[in-house]
Amino acid sequence: MTDAAFEDDVREPPPAEVEELELYHPHSWLTRYVFSQDAKVIAIQYGGTAIAIGLVALVLSWIIRLQLAFPGAFSFIDANHYYQSVTMHGMIMVVYMLTALFLGGFGNYLIPLMVGARDMVFPFVNMLSYWVYLLAVLVLSASFFVPGGPTGAGWTLYPPQAILSGTPGNDFGIILMLASLILFIIGFTMGGLNYVVTVLQGRTRGMSLMRMPLSVWGIFAAAVMALLAFPGLFVACVMLLLDRTLGTSFFMPSIVEGGEQLKYNGGSPILFQHLFWYFGHPEVYIVALPAFGIVSDLISTHARKNIFGYRMMVWAIVAIGVLSMVVWGHHMYISGMNPFFGFVFAITTLAIAIPTAIKVYNWVLTLWRADIHFTTPMLFALGFLVTFVNGGITGLYLGNVIVDVPLSATLFVVAHFHMVMGVAPILVIFGAIYHWYPKITGRMMDETLGKIHFWITFLGAYAIFFPMHYLGVVGVPRRFYELGETSFVPASAVALNVFITMAALLVGFAQVIFFYNLYRSYFHGKPAGGNPWRATTLEWQTPETPPGHGNWGDEQPVVYRWAYAYSVPGADKDYAPQNEPPSSRAGVSS
Amino acid sequence: MTAALLMVLVVIGSLLFHFLNPWRITPIASNWTFIDDTLGITFVVTTFGFVAVILFMAYCLYRFRHQPNSRAAYEPENQKLEMWLGAVTTVAVVILLAPGLLVWGQFITVPKDAMEIEAMGAQWQWSYRFPGADNRLGATDVRFIDTSNPMGINPNDPNGQDDRIVTNGDLHVPIGKPIKMLLRSIDVIHDFYVPEIRAKMDLMPGLVSYFWFTPTKAGQFDVLCAAFCGIGHPQMRSKIIVESESDFQAWLAQQQTFAQSRKADAARTKHATASDQEKPAREVQQ
Repeated sequence: MTDAAFEDDVREPPPAEVEELELYHPHSWLTRYVFSQDAKVIAIQYGGTAIAIGLVALVLSWIIRLQLAFPGAFSFIDANHYYQSVTMHGMIMVVYMLTALFLGGFGNYLIPLMVGARDMVFPFVNMLSYWVYLLAVLVLSASFFVPGGPTGAGWTLYPPQAILSGTPGNDFGIILMLASLILFIIGFTMGGLNYVVTVLQGRTRGMSLMRMPLSVWGIFAAAVMALLAFPGLFVACVMLLLDRTLGTSFFMPSIVEGGEQLKYNGGSPILFQHLFWYFGHPEVYIVALPAFGIVSDLISTHARKNIFGYRMMVWAIVAIGVLSMVVWGHHMYISGMNPFFGFVFAITTLAIAIPTAIKVYNWVLTLWRADIHFTTPMLFALGFLVTFVNGGITGLYLGNVIVDVPLSATLFVVAHFHMVMGVAPILVIFGAIYHWYPKITGRMMDETLGKIHFWITFLGAYAIFFPMHYLGVVGVPRRFYELGETSFVPASAVALNVFITMAALLVGFAQVIFFYNLYRSYFHGKPAGGNPWRATTLEWQTPETPPGHGNWGDEQPVVYRWAYAYSVPGADKDYAPQNEPPSSRAGVSS
Repeated sequence: MTAALLMVLVVIGSLLFHFLNPWRITPIASNWTFIDDTLGITFVVTTFGFVAVILFMAYCLYRFRHQPNSRAAYEPENQKLEMWLGAVTTVAVVILLAPGLLVWGQFITVPKDAMEIEAMGAQWQWSYRFPGADNRLGATDVRFIDTSNPMGINPNDPNGQDDRIVTNGDLHVPIGKPIKMLLRSIDVIHDFYVPEIRAKMDLMPGLVSYFWFTPTKAGQFDVLCAAFCGIGHPQMRSKIIVESESDFQAWLAQQQTFAQSRKADAARTKHATASDQEKPAREVQQ
């Protein structure tokens, strides 16, 4: 081969490659909207499915709240239903709603657009990821309709009780739950590899890692963590399934049930807890890191100011990601594990507060000398700050091993994790939907409805979970179908429970406003244009809105600057898109 | 403007709720006042952080709200400020952690003279066991459990013969003496939880866990299960009665020893089998 021929090969891609690209464009309605390989369509599919199953979990939470406020008043809530509702509400919200929505939904939509790629690097696997996820959701939903109903083992599924007859749904419910989780993890792994490889390999020219928007950093770090953490849950599910169906004893010691010796022998229930929480704690940050990233971009854009301390923000995400892999034992302080672990996990757990606090400082410092526009996405970001700080500091109680001892297994824990990984990330999800809806549909959502939705949701959710901490301080245990007679809980606690339930019902019903807004704006919203928020990041610079397949038309964008060039002194407008050529060069071309 | 005001109201409302609400931690009935103290320190430090951050935020919202022709400052980072904030946070974390770890050190160091009492959990009841005159509890194993031996005490272990057992009943303890609770489950995970004692610990099937405390207040307190253990979880109750040493000894002397309960049970079984044997005999006659 001559040198000249070699050079030609480099300049023009071989014809086969062009063909392949062509093949991958959708040619029919079915490949465009159903079996689509376009990350943006997959994102909507993931998001829609996650929100739909999330609504089921929302209704389940009403069952829990009605029972706690008015024990025994509703004939359709018996102890079985109560525990089944608690279990399914928790598992759906954590795994099938939050994880799927942040990574499958926002990850798919934002990563390729924000790093200037045409799509994910493995579009077919990406499509497969969604369909396996959908199957997992269907298998999980099927457990509502099998004899015995869904499992009522608590979302932590602790053996031995999860597979014994004293727990509701121990026949089919638990099997379907485990099978569904296994499917979910398979589906997630396909998606997760895509997100990681796309961020590492698919960035456009000029998009260095330290120029990426924090949304991408958050989702990227979360995807890496999920790839490391989910295998722990995967093996735990497989082994528990074997214990349940084939009678192996991975997690089952010798047990007497109803006066009868069971055939299990020699297994360790505490091993399950280690595996579960090896996944379970990183899971908190798998949900939180994308929220951290997205909220950084919302605050920066709507305050018209660069995010404060970008490099520190990136390193804080990395530090949190690394540390969160070694704190799982704080869920097991009173499990009977070697008490020496208490020292280790208390130190790692409280250490994680430092990078987390730095993120909080940098968010509020971004507001300092900013130009704050109180748009709906901004309000949700502010609501996140309040609930996250509130829920974060109660983590300092539960992480500090000795303080955890009296508070563990009480409603304090329930209030803490709902505030920090329920309310806070969901407020970010709402903010993000209001923020990116114009890009997805080409129309703005209604701001008035958005603000009403925000204030009811934010203040209402705070009214649910802030007072709940105090019931935990009194000592009210969690997972009690009814408290019954106790000498230590004052009668006034009932009144507080009624108040909390009323707030929960109000917040739940207020979501109608959101869905109405979603629906109405799709047809009647104000046309958005390409960049209604005057944002710098690449997704707002696409040639079409909504972006077409391949995102960028003929040429991928070239990135010249970081994602936070807001209100740069001397510039004529208060933002400079990442792909806008520097003014000197712009001057030459014009 | 409204947003800033409402955020301030959230802070004020939270503080008022904290100081005015009637839902307080229960009066402590054990030696673990240090746990309450650590909780108190944590409250002060974290409240300061919460109030400072949210009020600063609210101030920014008011002061830097968008106005015609206003423009944000451009300040990518300020490493000195970030270092300071990081250092202050680290100090705060150490203030929380250091006393916490010291108290944890005490919590896991059981006094040598602690009296051993075993609590055994089963779906859904509590049983208790006290060592006899030999001051030693007999060995146990789930395989020994049957109707005449519900706690699974090894019938061949001489240490176990004089153990006093309380099946599905209340626990009496003497006031002022350190107690090491040995915790054991024969089926699923339970958790021995008495709010007024503060300490709690799981009963993990397959191993024996423990914690210690010294009862400091006479009276009767609820024992609950704090680890979800199946459908009967809320009904898994018992009581702990803290009383004087003499009252406790008098009560303990009334409880059956393992050997006594075996003997009584054997007599009952003998009677039962005898009457069982009569039946087929009658059938043959017919």
